[in-house]
Amino acid sequence: MPFEPAAGVSTIEVGIYGPASTLGANPFWRFLTITLPLTLPGIIAGMMLAFARALGEFGATITFVSNIPGETQTISAAIYSLTQVPGGDAAALRLVAVAICISYAALLAAEFFARRAQRRLHGD
Amino acid sequence: MLAVDVQKQLGAFALDARFASEGGVTALFGASGTGKTTVIMTIAGLTRPDRGSIVLDGEVLFDSDKRLDVKPWKRRIGTVFQEARLFPHLSVRHNLDYGRWMSGLPADARAFAHALELLDIGHLVDRRPGKLSGGERQRVAFGRALLMRPRLLLLDEPLASLDAARKAEILPYLERLRDDARVPMIYVSHNADEVRRIATRVVRLEAGRVAAQGGTEIL
Repeated sequence: MPFEPAAGVSTIEVGIYGPASTLGANPFWRFLTITLPLTLPGIIAGMMLAFARALGEFGATITFVSNIPGETQTISAAIYSLTQVPGGDAAALRLVAVAICISYAALLAAEFFARRAQRRLHGD
Repeated sequence: MLAVDVQKQLGAFALDARFASEGGVTALFGASGTGKTTVIMTIAGLTRPDRGSIVLDGEVLFDSDKRLDVKPWKRRIGTVFQEARLFPHLSVRHNLDYGRWMSGLPADARAFAHALELLDIGHLVDRRPGKLSGGERQRVAFGRALLMRPRLLLLDEPLASLDAARKAEILPYLERLRDDARVPMIYVSHNADEVRRIATRVVRLEAGRVAAQGGTEIL
């Protein structure tokens, strides 16, 4: 998950920092006017993807914060709990459908921001 | 008036360049790899020499003895590189305005319009760099450096990545820049024809040392 923003930063053509400096931008302004606008869409895309992946997180969550309904129950844990109960399959499937919709929305958003990042980096 | 005295170890050879420039266009001429770009980078403040001093119009920009090194964003020296290096996420207009904006100068519509006209880039202002040709990008790069009101303009082989046709197209704009802007320029090139056309003075570098200084006859 930390790799997406890093990948975004490394695709900036470093040559543009030279002109930025000579045009009067100190490191703070260089970050604000160049690094941030060029990497932000990529960072947001990364966050969306990380979120989509986190939806599937099960083992670590249950181990560390257990599975308390209304408090520490994630959608994955809820699906699991429902499948352990006879007759809970329908409810479990509904939650699965919800999880799929959320993941899909997150993937679309990530794609949108990734494309935005690419367009900015290539100047069109 | 620029006085440069820089020494820097560059891998295999040592750069030891000493020269002065009194305005106009001073060409730094020499084959590739003789340290010309390094000299430009030290004047701009983007690279630090090992030893030496750089003085511009009486202000010491760098002095290794006095431990003085003015940051590049404070030197008010414009730079144009071989690749235009425009900011890809900004329109041409915002690229051009960047220097003025960073230095907090008020908008000068006349200066802006003049630069557009001088470099024939008026029709490009709302485009993004990705949609410009190589020659157009380079002209915008000239404009961007010019509009920051530099007291010195450094050009590091600005035409090197253009083909012969583009070069022929851009050279007149360089001449316009030289004649109109009245900003002293240091022009790095390994192309004698370009230098003959643009420069008023030539400093010839060979293997990191100044071999000769004079007019274009020393080429």
